[in-house]
Amino acid sequence: MMPEISLNILDIAENSIRAGASLVEIEVSVMSRGDALTVVIKDNGCGMSAEQTEKVQDPFYTTRTTRKVGLGVPFFKQAAKSTGGSFSIVSQPGKGTVVRAVFKLSHIDRMPLGDISATIYTLVVFNEKVHFIYTYRYNENKFVLDTCEIREILGEDISFSNPEVSKFIKEYLRSGREETDQGKDI
Amino acid sequence: MKSLEELRAIREKMQGKVGVRTENEGQTRVIVGMATCGIASGARPVLTALSDAVQEQGLLNINVTQTGCIGLCQYEPIVEVLEPGKEKVTYVKMTPEKAMEVLRMHLLDGQVVTKYTLGAAKRGTE
Repeated sequence: MMPEISLNILDIAENSIRAGASLVEIEVSVMSRGDALTVVIKDNGCGMSAEQTEKVQDPFYTTRTTRKVGLGVPFFKQAAKSTGGSFSIVSQPGKGTVVRAVFKLSHIDRMPLGDISATIYTLVVFNEKVHFIYTYRYNENKFVLDTCEIREILGEDISFSNPEVSKFIKEYLRSGREETDQGKDI
Repeated sequence: MKSLEELRAIREKMQGKVGVRTENEGQTRVIVGMATCGIASGARPVLTALSDAVQEQGLLNINVTQTGCIGLCQYEPIVEVLEPGKEKVTYVKMTPEKAMEVLRMHLLDGQVVTKYTLGAAKRGTE
């Protein structure tokens, strides 16, 4: 199992990148009123057939040839379901995939959200050709990071992995989260 | 909260100063496994520590990237070092601290950190 929800998000988003997505939208929303923590990862990658969509939820299925099991999706599903939440994958070949996991926020078995800013940082900086839109909601507050806006300001010739830029992205994500949830332990 | 406007200042400061970072054949590649197995065992902080250090120290000849699962899940987090003209070195069960040791001793001083290699790990379990 993954120790934090944010590591599951990193893992699932890596699948989106591997599926050749040029746009990956990640939304994490924490709603006390509905007692729910919802994660949605949406990509425009190659998508999957109905049969494949069913199979990826089976731990003994993988498209890899390096090993016989594929635990990423089953881990995420199990983590959500064990809190009395829900899990779904909707995919269409050639269109993309949407993974949605709902966790019961107050459930004793809900793993912590963890360092979601580090997850988004890793995705953004190491896959700078992919357009990411990350939305973090905490009740009525909202923070959005859209890599297109960053690219627009920077121009084409400065890499996200440039030390000053990557440092900025890291701090921007952290301050954005803190502003949104007031530093709550989630 | 920080504003995106700060990026404009960064851009202006860098304009004309830095060339585009290109990947070339003379570069050393440092590859971190970031599949489910790697991530679950702690690859995210290893990747971040390596890339931060390489950036901060301005090591332009080192390129830190990620890859999927190479089929050695029990040894994750795995870091592979590919130096031009040399044999690949596979480091296993990495932590940010061990990765910094690899950076200092192997990447900067040219000494393979044998105790963290796959070979050493395999010998240890025999």
